[in-house]
Amino acid sequence: MTIAVIVYPGTNCEHDIVHALDLAGADSELVWHRDTDLAGADGIVLPGGFAHGDYLRTGAIARFSPIMEAIAQLAHEGVPTIGVCNGFQILCEAGLLPGAFVANRGLKFICAPTHVRVESIDSVLTRGAYIGQVLRLPLNSYEGNYVADDINKIESEGDVTLRYCNAGGSIDVSANPNGSTNSIAAVASTSRNVVGIMPHPERACEEILGSSDGMVLLEGFIASTEMPLS
Amino acid sequence: MTTPRVPDHIRLGMTDDEYQIIVEILGREPLDAELAMYSVMWSEHCSYKSSRTHLARFTSDQPWVVVGPGENAGVVDLGDGWLAALRIESHNHPTYVEPYQGAATGVGGILRDIFTMGARPVALWDPLRFGPLDEPHNRYLFEGAVSGIAGYGNAVGVPTLGGEVEFADRFSKNPLVNVMALGILKREQLVLSAASGEGNLAILLGNATGRDGIGGASILASASFEEGDEEKRPSVQVGDPFEEKKLIEACLELYDRGLVVAIQDLGAAGISCATSEIAGNGGMGMEVDLDKVHLREGDMTPGEILMSESQERMLAVVTPENEADVLAVARKWEIDASTIGVITRGPDLVVYSKGELVCEVPAASLADDAPRYDRPSQRPGYLDEAWAEEPQIPIGLDAGDVLRTLLDDPAIGDRSWIFRQYDHMLFLNTVIAPGHDGSLLRIKGTKKGVAVSTDGDSLRIYLDPRRGSARIVFESALNVAVTGAAPYALVDNLNFGNPEVPGVMWQFIESVEGLAWACEELDVPVVGGNVSFYNQTDGVDIYPSPVVGMLGFCDPMPEHPPRLDRAREDMTVWLVGEDARHDFAASAYDRIINNNLGGRPVDVDGGEARRVIAAAVMLAYETPLLHDISIGGLAVALAEISIISGVGMTIEGVSGRELFDETPLRFIAVTHADRLDTDEPHRRIGTIGGNTLDFGEAGVLSVAEATDIWRNALSGRMAGRSTESTQRSPDA
Amino acid sequence: MTYSFVVSIARKPGLSDPEGTTTHKALNDLGFAGVTHVAFGRTISVSLDAVSLDAARTQVEAMCEKLLANPVMETYAIEATP
Repeated sequence: MTIAVIVYPGTNCEHDIVHALDLAGADSELVWHRDTDLAGADGIVLPGGFAHGDYLRTGAIARFSPIMEAIAQLAHEGVPTIGVCNGFQILCEAGLLPGAFVANRGLKFICAPTHVRVESIDSVLTRGAYIGQVLRLPLNSYEGNYVADDINKIESEGDVTLRYCNAGGSIDVSANPNGSTNSIAAVASTSRNVVGIMPHPERACEEILGSSDGMVLLEGFIASTEMPLS
Repeated sequence: MTTPRVPDHIRLGMTDDEYQIIVEILGREPLDAELAMYSVMWSEHCSYKSSRTHLARFTSDQPWVVVGPGENAGVVDLGDGWLAALRIESHNHPTYVEPYQGAATGVGGILRDIFTMGARPVALWDPLRFGPLDEPHNRYLFEGAVSGIAGYGNAVGVPTLGGEVEFADRFSKNPLVNVMALGILKREQLVLSAASGEGNLAILLGNATGRDGIGGASILASASFEEGDEEKRPSVQVGDPFEEKKLIEACLELYDRGLVVAIQDLGAAGISCATSEIAGNGGMGMEVDLDKVHLREGDMTPGEILMSESQERMLAVVTPENEADVLAVARKWEIDASTIGVITRGPDLVVYSKGELVCEVPAASLADDAPRYDRPSQRPGYLDEAWAEEPQIPIGLDAGDVLRTLLDDPAIGDRSWIFRQYDHMLFLNTVIAPGHDGSLLRIKGTKKGVAVSTDGDSLRIYLDPRRGSARIVFESALNVAVTGAAPYALVDNLNFGNPEVPGVMWQFIESVEGLAWACEELDVPVVGGNVSFYNQTDGVDIYPSPVVGMLGFCDPMPEHPPRLDRAREDMTVWLVGEDARHDFAASAYDRIINNNLGGRPVDVDGGEARRVIAAAVMLAYETPLLHDISIGGLAVALAEISIISGVGMTIEGVSGRELFDETPLRFIAVTHADRLDTDEPHRRIGTIGGNTLDFGEAGVLSVAEATDIWRNALSGRMAGRSTESTQRSPDA
Repeated sequence: MTYSFVVSIARKPGLSDPEGTTTHKALNDLGFAGVTHVAFGRTISVSLDAVSLDAARTQVEAMCEKLLANPVMETYAIEATP
């Protein structure tokens, strides 16, 4: 069982993802964006970073990478696929997830711990969590402000997976760090096997780093690669 | 009307004597390109001609030093085959010209120095000095510099773990942006910049060469600014973190596969500096064909190509057998590469362009034969006057009121406005994040930890360069010690005014003496440094501003290193260290409350420093919270604990004066136990609990109010900018 | 009277333009082989009340010098729009 961690030029969280997956007991392999073959991958991670420098638009150039065709194909076949931060942005640009990202409300890069509340547990990322569970996960982005023109559809179909909240789990403007529409922090595809998450679960994988709350998400993802969603 | 023609070497900033030395070395008049190369390589910035004599005062002969000063970065041994590479640099003048790009390219430059050594850069720190934030233009510069550091550091994928900041009037027209970087590597990955092997090839990797900052960094950093002196402000260098990221990965792969003999980054003076240094360091020569250089613009002159300071470029020396593999690695990482030269027996660096010889000089002469100056120095007159201005500290001061004012100072209040913009978590090594005395990183796969603190104290150093400079060494040592790491190696960035001013030269020499003495007392090697002179605008020299970056090391790292958020109800507050000695010169109280800068900072004892620092390291393994006492004294240190832990405290038996005294080498410990296991003098001063900072008869302040003031000190000033404040004044 | 302008800000010639270079390469990768130059810039729409078109343009020029462009590294062009 192997998880493919996709590396674009400018990606920088690939080793962190590998470390966290390793702690959770999963094997992973780095795959360069010019490769075209993902045969044998049981799961796919698009890590955070600055693919192609975030030039033009975040994810805009990466979506045309040679590897994207294989990712799209496996994603459509139901292979668990997650995008973290920049990976989320790429999945949106590639049309594998709805929505897009604009600059944070405060027009500043934000690197800080945030709280998110679990909104649905039918996705490959949240299947090990419970509804209403509050997780402390670090945010690390400049364009983390989620927007979508079909927001009502996303909401009504229950695609929202995580929302920013305060430490007690309530959702209000002051607990929304970047201005994301409806405090959205993570979104799943209709088929629930593709999930984009803006905060970094891999940065919350050990107590010594301040939180291990991300493990419940990564473990859920790993479990999905072994046993697909029913 | 015609003006008399100024000789080329004068226009390039050289003296007649320096020109004569070139003529003697070459045995003829230099060609245009040669003169340009000597002018930059012999500039103050590149040659350290005014400081080299004095820098010999620093020692680095400790057995754990693997590479001392002189290489791209210092390297120390962390045991079990692990090494740390560290370096500090300044990007002061470029930041004043264009704050975002100036600061950004400073980050790019220091990172290349680190991965040139074979190390993966794992962390950055950014000590900053700007003018007061009530000036709109200072806010513009400060905001731009912080954004530039964040923009480059975050995108290149190296976390920025902190720094420190001072705001003072003399930095308004000459802000200081220093940057320190740390790399971690295994011993077998170490690469040096000395070419060997006649017939080996020189391959230029990375960005295309364009007209970026021709003579820029070096000329800018070697001459003072005058109002309206536009010609000295050449084109701004634009940083490309994306290119740098690819370059880092490509170079690390080259090292991993053993494909390079030597490597050198391109900084000031670009190709001319890199080719001459890499050849000269190895006692070799090089033949370079400029037609092979990949260019951004087609119509560049040989001199421009040689001197271009285009960013994100490296020069690797490889064997002919490995050339194809090296070019393949470059292709894989999507960076450009071209073979531009071949190593010769030497000693000359020979450069051709379109078949014509444009340069033939002894390679080592560019780096090694620069003149050295022992410039005149004289104790400046301001000192006697300043020492006479003894700070007046009332006995019956109201500590609550004073704290309200001090916590509102942007250099004392919450600095998360800065470090929230920096990715400080990447690589999953950050154990103690920004906002503490020192940052602590783990080395994955080991029990080892490294801590770093950057420190400066320009106003105190202005009042006594020797004592003040020694104190920043002790301060940084104590900052790493409270994380559990013992001071292990130091780099310094010596930011000073115009060295041709005897008073400035005196400050410099005294400061070097203080730094060197303190390092010897702690047995800490100085493994690298940088000198930034000519920080003078409109005839005003900056405050003397040496900045040190201290590397601390622990093995094993404490399981639960002390943190500022660990104070809990009923814990005991201890004050560790000798009694306060009425140290108010350049203290926050005197500067901010009295609006005075005077008196003489107290002296420090080397033995006491060693003992206190060792005590802090010992206590860090068993104490939930340790906090160094520095700016604002005991009161500010205690307030920070209450604010960050979210709980009050009752302090007894400490007078108002003593609360704001800045006598060094003291720290706070907060413990569950009713005794503190240390031989250093210590006394119990209070108990954690409640929701006020209760100083007894000295005063009181609610934690909520303190928190509010502290949080808004910097962010409020930066957010409160009106549209007017973003204006760029015409002289920028 | 209200006048409207589009201000186009470009990086000075000779300065490096990483976004332009990277996008240029991406276009080549996608098969747009004939592309010879890609440069990034910004456009800003400004409308203002003034007594005449000339007065309005003078003001916009001042805005460019002072705030909208950084004369150290950028050039600007002002175009009146209907």
